[in-house]
Amino acid sequence: MTTPTAIRVAGLTKSYGDRLVLAGVDLSVAPGTVVALLGSNGAGKTTTVQILATLLRADSGEAAVAGHDVATDPAGVRASISLTGQFTAVDEVLTGRENLMLVARLRHLQDAGVLADELLDRFGLVEAARRRVATYSGGMRRRLDIAMGLVGDPPVLFLDEPTTGLDPQARLEVWRTVRDLAGAGTTVLLTTQYLDEAEQLADRIAILHQGRIIAEGTLAELRCLMPPATVEYVERQPTLEDVLLAIVGPDTRPQEIGTTR
Amino acid sequence: MSVGSEAKTPVSGNLAHDTAVLLQRSLRHVLRSPDTIVTTAVTPIAMLLLFVYVFGGALKAVDGSYVDYLLPGILLITIASGIAYTAFRLFTDVSGGIVDRLRSMPIGRSALLWGHVLTSLVANLASLVLVVLVALAMGFRSGAGVLAWLAVAGLLALVTLALTWIAVIPGLTAKSADGVSGFSYPLIFLPFVSSAFVPTAGMPGPVRWFAQHQPVTSIVNTIRDLYAGIPVGDQGWIALAWCFGVLVVAYALAMGTYRRKFG
Repeated sequence: MTTPTAIRVAGLTKSYGDRLVLAGVDLSVAPGTVVALLGSNGAGKTTTVQILATLLRADSGEAAVAGHDVATDPAGVRASISLTGQFTAVDEVLTGRENLMLVARLRHLQDAGVLADELLDRFGLVEAARRRVATYSGGMRRRLDIAMGLVGDPPVLFLDEPTTGLDPQARLEVWRTVRDLAGAGTTVLLTTQYLDEAEQLADRIAILHQGRIIAEGTLAELRCLMPPATVEYVERQPTLEDVLLAIVGPDTRPQEIGTTR
Repeated sequence: MSVGSEAKTPVSGNLAHDTAVLLQRSLRHVLRSPDTIVTTAVTPIAMLLLFVYVFGGALKAVDGSYVDYLLPGILLITIASGIAYTAFRLFTDVSGGIVDRLRSMPIGRSALLWGHVLTSLVANLASLVLVVLVALAMGFRSGAGVLAWLAVAGLLALVTLALTWIAVIPGLTAKSADGVSGFSYPLIFLPFVSSAFVPTAGMPGPVRWFAQHQPVTSIVNTIRDLYAGIPVGDQGWIALAWCFGVLVVAYALAMGTYRRKFG
């Protein structure tokens, strides 16, 4: 069975006290696509994801995930999603394998151990499987975190700033993982503040600014919103390095300084 | 995999099953840092040694063996210090990302809390056994039968449950790891102003009134009578009433806090 839209959001608003965080968000995500919610800190990305993942209630507006309304059928939503939040949600005291088995048991799945071993293999964590997570590197933790979100193959995945705080190597690992997921048909909504990340991973990009989606489309469509490229003359201010070089001068041309004086 | 397929996982959360899974998880935490059980028992054992071997000789007001007299109060102090770890373990989950992961999954809403509460019961029981063993080595003797021992265990379990639900509240609301265990100090101190260390009869008026009417005295007296193998009387009912009363109020407040913060 297919649902026409994996995620449908209309007129979503949310404020904390008198601070308006979401001012009417509209968004539609087709099944099996990767959509990046791009925005600076405080744009409302995490709030949007938390409402969609049933952690927060919206003040008004509608949101449905995999055909389930987040307000009236949160249990249905929870059974169809997984959330990999901004802060890595792994148990430091347990081993990597135990973390995966924990999620499998909580999802009432048979053969938790087999599932855990498959995911460990897929995420290159076999050797670390029986080590406590406290000994893992940042990239390994994030990989385990994402792997925990995949237990039970939920059709819709939320990744909230999946690469924030990771080193470039780990970032590339996460990118590879997300591409694999997209290839397997999972719907992914990821938030990011990095333009290149959105460019690299997303089929469509939605730009969230001051609580509203101000632009949405493929990368090519968004480029069309810009005026055609023009050649501009930009005056270049000298850097401190230029100034220094001009004063002390290279040893081979001492006279030139004299002439500029 | 078909695009946009429905979830294969069942929608309904089963509170008992999910609680069991999370109980197993946090018991693993306790097993991997067994020092928490030992640390919980160290202070009460030190008090036991100090009061029996240092102050005990000067305490003439107590008839019979002082270690027999002292043990019930020491057991309550053990529980009061043990629940600080429950608050700390819960705080760790709440301040990290784990609570959000669990809340976005189709599991029983209060399974996380019940997992921690039952873990507290098991961990405190282990610490209590440790303290009783030390007391036995120090000469503690009881004429209690199996039923009386079971009654003591039941009452201590009830005290643990009541105090654990109190501990859940700072575990959910604390702002820092340092602030999370502060609530337990008054609870550890409470037995000092009761019949736990010396009889209340020798205390000055207002202090005596407080000591005689606060919950520790009735609980300590009940356990003492059970260990001595003599009828418990009204003290037992007062002790039970205190335990259930605190349990109900703390449970309601803790669940209310959880619902308010984590819906």
